[in-house]
This record gives sequence, structure tokens and C-alpha cells, in this order.
Amino acid sequence: MPRPFRLAAVLFLAAAAIVSGACNRRRAVAVPVPAPAVANRDSIDAAARARTDSLARVDQARRDSLARVQAAADSVSRMASMRTEAMRSAVMSPIYFDYDSDALSEDARSKLDAKLPFLSADQAMRLRIAGHADERGSDEYNLALGQRRAAAAKRYLAQRGIADARIEIISYGEERPAEQGADESVWRQNRRAEFEITAGGGQPGTSGS
Amino acid sequence: MTSLHPRALVAAFLVGATAVQAQDTTQKGVRIGLTYERGVRPRVAVLPFAGQHGDSLRVMIGRDLDFSDRIEVEPAAAIGAYEAASGGGTRPPNYGLWKTLGAAAVIQGTANGTGVTVSIHDVARARVAETREFALSGPATGEEWRMAVHGVSDEIERWITGTRGAAQSRILYVRNRQVYVIDSDGAGERALTQGATALSPSWHPSGRYIAYSTFGARGTEIHVRDLRDGTSRRLATASGLNITPEWSPDGQSIAYAHGQENGADLVLAAAFGDGAGARRITVGKGTDNTSPSFSPDGRRLAFTSGRSGHPEVYIADTDGANAELLTPFQFGRPSYRSSPSWSPDGRVVAFQTRGDGEFQVATIALRDRSMKQLTSEGANEDPSWAPDGRHLVFTSSRSGVKQLWILDLETGRSRQLTRSSGGARLAAWSRILGSSP
Repeated sequence: MPRPFRLAAVLFLAAAAIVSGACNRRRAVAVPVPAPAVANRDSIDAAARARTDSLARVDQARRDSLARVQAAADSVSRMASMRTEAMRSAVMSPIYFDYDSDALSEDARSKLDAKLPFLSADQAMRLRIAGHADERGSDEYNLALGQRRAAAAKRYLAQRGIADARIEIISYGEERPAEQGADESVWRQNRRAEFEITAGGGQPGTSGS
Repeated sequence: MTSLHPRALVAAFLVGATAVQAQDTTQKGVRIGLTYERGVRPRVAVLPFAGQHGDSLRVMIGRDLDFSDRIEVEPAAAIGAYEAASGGGTRPPNYGLWKTLGAAAVIQGTANGTGVTVSIHDVARARVAETREFALSGPATGEEWRMAVHGVSDEIERWITGTRGAAQSRILYVRNRQVYVIDSDGAGERALTQGATALSPSWHPSGRYIAYSTFGARGTEIHVRDLRDGTSRRLATASGLNITPEWSPDGQSIAYAHGQENGADLVLAAAFGDGAGARRITVGKGTDNTSPSFSPDGRRLAFTSGRSGHPEVYIADTDGANAELLTPFQFGRPSYRSSPSWSPDGRVVAFQTRGDGEFQVATIALRDRSMKQLTSEGANEDPSWAPDGRHLVFTSSRSGVKQLWILDLETGRSRQLTRSSGGARLAAWSRILGSSP
């Protein structure tokens, strides 16, 4: 038992003795003195309970507070990861081309525009743009076409302020189709440029992150 | 088998009769002395060979002569039945019988441990026209041995037609994005590369080296492999796109397409140097220029270019001068022409063309620019000339999966060369090879 509590109990017992002594002096008749031990035990118990409750409340408050902090932290991290997800999805979103063409469609331009704020915000971010072709052209000429598609995407970003050195390009021609098949719905998916984040962008394990 | 006899006899007689009528024209066989009209194939019987591996020799030689499309080879099954009457083994053939059957020549052979002795009989003159012993190096039925046997077939073809055959050759191609090689008769298929995607293989004129492109860390790269010692090295190229290598006819240089961010141009580099000083050939001004093919004299190149807005075949001097459109532009029609291959005689360029449907293989004559479409079944792409200048190998989807097919331009006969799982494409036919790589 902590020392202040023991002291309080002693003072309480002393006070009780004085009160009962005064009573004895006023009434000389022998009145059975209530066992002080019983009253004292109740008090002690009550005090102990109060003490325990108070401790539990403090503990609960501390726990609540910790949970609130944790929740806040979780929410911050969730938002950050949502932001990373949104960033990655915008930056990595592929663009598509017309048959035997490296011209950037309106849709392709808007997808490239959506990448710009993220590329500007994270100067450590580097990209590899891979150009692809559908299976219809010559296997060999399609390698050159894929290169031209990747170059067109890079040129668009570079003209809008993204440093040349941050973007490398490569062509896979028709060798790595996104979809297998032999109709326009498949070919449309395969005439594309893909964007890979090679550094930065919250990429764990890549240089510059 | 016996039911074939009457028909075979009639056919043999008819062909023999035609051959005899055609005495006054064209090529003369150096040993047989008969002359044949274009399109008429002399009938030849290859009798069973005596000695070890005689069966393999007879099958291979008979098949080579058949695949040459210059000679009509008596079916082996029919020969089996006539064999007893014709003498068989190493005894002289029954000239009278073979004459009746319409055969111009009969071939006999005897294998020994180190080679094969082959005799060709002139049936009309009832005598041996030529006998020669050929050395066959390497383990029997191995790669080197088979190449030597193809050389025997090609020499027999020269005895008969006056023109050496092209069986002693191989074809490079791409299967499952690796470079493979296969003998002209479809045997001996094997992988030459493994690992990174490899495309567009090309032969050194000697057959000893090949060049091809790969997907590497710095973009596409060009590799040169020595087939004799198995070593390979990367041709020093600038980073970016480096594709479609093609050896010059003198074997000293490699032309290829190089591009970074503004189209692709053809460049010419020393094949065995450090690659420094690669010289630009084409000035495509941001367009793509790929797939070069040298004229046989090495002074000009045919190539694919998109400079007119869509791919067409162009020709230029190897210094880039005198570039001109070879395949005629068709106004208002969507066309796509690419992948040229200059014929060994220099007179025509084969290429792939597409209008509204699938790609088809066609040729265009240098002199009058007349075009001839050679295929129509399925998609047919990436032709490459055989060293005999009358056969083309190309990719065809006619059997479903893309496989290599060989077309004889004289007779129109075609045969399937590969039956590879995963298909086959981007074929390159070698020149005549020695018996070893």
C-alpha cells in the first residue's frame, strides 16, 4: 500500500479515537464501542476502489488518446497511399495509337497532361516509355514504329518541361502484346506506349526514392 | 503399291516423251547431254545405295533432287518393284527397262567408311556418264556429314541439269523469339541463341557468322556469333534502336537500322571492328528506314521506308545516293510493302505487300518494275532467296500457325519447311555452305 494512503488511514483512526473518547466522557454509561476495524476496512476498501477506478480511467484515457493518434496517423498514411496510388495510376496509364501511326490522339494528350503535375512534383521520378505495335505490320518495321511511338510520348512531355534525361525510351515492336487475338479490339489494346517508373514516385527499392 | 505401276508407267512414259521432244532448247546437262525445256523435269531414278548408311544416303539424295524442283525423282516405292528387273545393288541397271519407264538417268551409290561413290547412268546412251567418290566428313548422319551429302546431291544435280543445286544450305529463322537454324531439307533444326529476345538473323556470306538483334539493357542491340567456336559479341552501336542487321556480300560490313528519338536510318558499320565510325546511309528525316538487303554486287540496297507516309520498298546506293521508290505508290489505296530481299541474280526484289487483305509475297523486276504476286493462301511474309535464285523461303500462316514455307518460282510447287511448336518467322537463307560451319 502506498505510503500517503497508510498515513491517511492512521489519521482517520486517530480522529475516530478522539471522537469516541469525547463520547465516553459525555455518557458515562458503557456503550459498546463499534468495532473501529470494520468501519476502517470499508473506508479502506472504498478508497482503494476509488483509487482503482481512477487509475483505470486514466489508463482508458491514455488508451483512447493513443487510439486517436493511431487513427489519425492511419488516416494520414491512407491518404498518402491513396495519393501514391493516384499518382502511379496517372503516371503509368498507357496511351494508345492509331494503326501505323505515332500521332498523339486527344485522349493520349490528356493522359500525358495528367502525368505532368506528378512528374513536376517529384523531380527524382524517372520514366521508361516502351513503344508497342499490333501484329499486323512487318515484324521488323514494327520495332521502328514502337520506337517512334515512345519517342512521340517523350517529346510531348519534354516540350512541357520534363527534363530529357529523366525519360528513356525503348521499343518492343509487336513482340510483347498486351492482349492476344486477331481483331481490332485486341490490336487497339496493343498499339500503345507504356510508362514504367524506374526511380522516385515512392517506388521502394529504386534509386532516388 | 502394285496398283501404282500402270499409272506410274504411263506418267513416266509421257514425261520421258516430252523430254525427248524438247531437245532443241535451253540448258544442257554437262554429263547427261540431254537438253530440257523450261518446266520439263528430267526423270531420275535413285537406286538403293550399297554399304553402311546407304538407306540414309539414298533417302537424302532423292529428297534433295526432288526439292530442287528441277528433277522428277522416281518414287522410291516404284523403284523397289523395278529393282530386281533393273539389276539392283551395284550391278549395271537394266537400261532398256529404265528407258521404257522414261527415266533419263539412273543413280547408283556405294557407301564406305569415309565417303560414298556415286555413279550416274545415261539411260539413253546405256552407259555410265560419271562416277565420283565423295568424302563424307564427321560422324555419320551428324550435321557435318549431312551437309556433305547435300553437297553430293547438288553435284548430281549439276551432272543432270548443268546447274548446281542449292541443297547444301541452311536457313536461319526465329522461333519463340530465339534464333534457330535448319537445313534446307528440314532436318537438323536447332537453337543458336538462348535468353534475351533475338530477331532478324542474317548470314555472313561464308556461313560461319550470323548477326541478329536482341532486346538489351540499352535498347535493341546487334550481336555477332561465330558458329565455329560458339562465341558471340555485341556490335558496338549507339544506344537506342539497333535492328535488322544485314551482312554485305563481301562479309566486311553490316548494314542495320539505327534510331533514337527521331525515326530510324540505315547505317553501315565494319562487321569485325569496334563499330566506331558507323556511317549513315539513309536520310529519312524522322521516318523509319529498316530491313536492308544488298544487291549481289554490294553496291545497292533495297530497304523498307515510311518516308512517303506508309511503308514501301526503296532502293539506294550503299552511300545513300540515288534513293528511289521501287514499289509503285498506289494513290488512294492503302498499301504496305516491306521486307525486301534482293535476288542472287540481281534482277528482282522479293518483298511483302498488302492492300486490303493479308500480306502476300511478291517480286518486282528492277528493269521494268513489273510486279508478280506469288502467294494468295493465308498471310505470307518476309521472303528470302535461296542461293539458286529460283526458290524463296517465307513465313506463311496457310497451315494455321506461322511456319516457314518454300516456293519454287518456276514450277509453283511449295513445301512446308518447319513444323516447329511456337511457329517460325524471319527466315534468312544462306549461300551454298561447305560441309562444316
